[in-house]
Order: sequence, then C-alpha cells, then structure tokens
Amino acid sequence: MELETKPFGKIEIKDRQKIKFPKGILGFEHITEYALLNAKQWPFYWLQAVDVPDLAFILIDPKIFMPEYTVDVDENDYREVFPEHAETENMLIFAIVTIPEDQKKMSANLQGPVIINREKRIGKQFISTNPDWKTRHYILDELSDKGGK
Amino acid sequence: MLILSRKLNESIIIGDDIEISVVDIKGDQVKIGINAPKTVKVFRKEVYDAIQEENKAAARSSIDTIPSLDDMLKK
Repeated sequence: MELETKPFGKIEIKDRQKIKFPKGILGFEHITEYALLNAKQWPFYWLQAVDVPDLAFILIDPKIFMPEYTVDVDENDYREVFPEHAETENMLIFAIVTIPEDQKKMSANLQGPVIINREKRIGKQFISTNPDWKTRHYILDELSDKGGK
Repeated sequence: MLILSRKLNESIIIGDDIEISVVDIKGDQVKIGINAPKTVKVFRKEVYDAIQEENKAAARSSIDTIPSLDDMLKK
C-alpha cells in the first residue's frame, strides 16, 4: 500500500510492516496504527503513524549503545503483545530517540521501551520497572564512554 | 473526583481486590501501601508523565538530516 510518511514523503510499504499499537504510544493514545520503516541511516528505524503523516518516531535498538539493557518487564505484562508466552525470537525491542537541534545530544528513552511482536504485528510501549533506565540516555556519550574503556 | 478523608492505618478498597492504605504520615509526606493483583500496574505518576513528555519531544525531533551514528563517531 501507499503511505504518506514524515521522513520520505509518499512511499510504498508492505502489509507486514504495519504494526498495531492497541493502546497507542503514551501521550498519543488515540493513534494506534503504525508502520515500521528502515531509516536511511544505520542504526535507526522509523515508527510512522499510518493516518497521521506528520507523526513519526525514530527508534533504535538499545543494545547498540547499552549492551547490558534489559527491559525488566514481567511475563504478565507481555500478555497484550504476546498473548501466549513471550517468545524472544519474535520480540523486537526498541527505544524511542529524541534528536534535538544539537544532534550530538540525541537521546534514547530506556524507561519507556517499545516492544513489538513481529509475528502478530502488535506493539506496546512499556514502562520499565528498573530505576537505572531513564527517559534520556545520551547515545553518543554512552558510546564514547564505552569506546574509551 | 471522589475525595475521601482517611486517618493513619485506615484504608480504601477499590473493586474486589485493590486495597490502598495510609501507612505513615510525616509532615507533608504520606506513605501509601497498595495491595493489588500482579496484573494491575502501579507507577508513580511522574514516571508516566516523564515518558509522555519525552514521547512528545521525540515526535518533535529535528529530522531534516538524521545523522548516521557511524559518521558521528568518526572524529
């Protein structure tokens, strides 16, 4: 199908790229249909709202800059996304990225991870119970700290 | 909003299986105990608000050119 997107304008997407977020994203609860797109730049992805061309979130796999990241969500919570049991092979875990004017200060929200069941194409934003994870982790700082060690 | 007055060690029952009790009162701080089934998620509202605010900031990201991390890490 054809989709009007914030980053690329009008593009063609496959049905399997469409992900349903029954409860939306926090603060955008009424918007429940998204499409997962590759960004042109590694390692980012886009979560584009299907009906709102202007609304799109940038996603990153948090393990890229925080290898020790675990979502700390318990089995019960997964039920909305994994009705039977949480199958890790079908679980995609992302953090939403904020890029301010000064792009070096780009940050990722590890407290509110987005988890997608790629087989059933359902997603949800969770709230991590681990106090180590905050809403703003500066990606470049994390990477350069690790590189220096 | 329903508003109820409670004293120390008094509680409120919500539905069949949620109990909220006042465990301690010190100055302007109240300690609240919550008994609820595991499936009921309890969070401080600030956590919720912070994630909402961050999502809004994320949606306003400046994206004219998303940098590639590879480029940004090259000195």
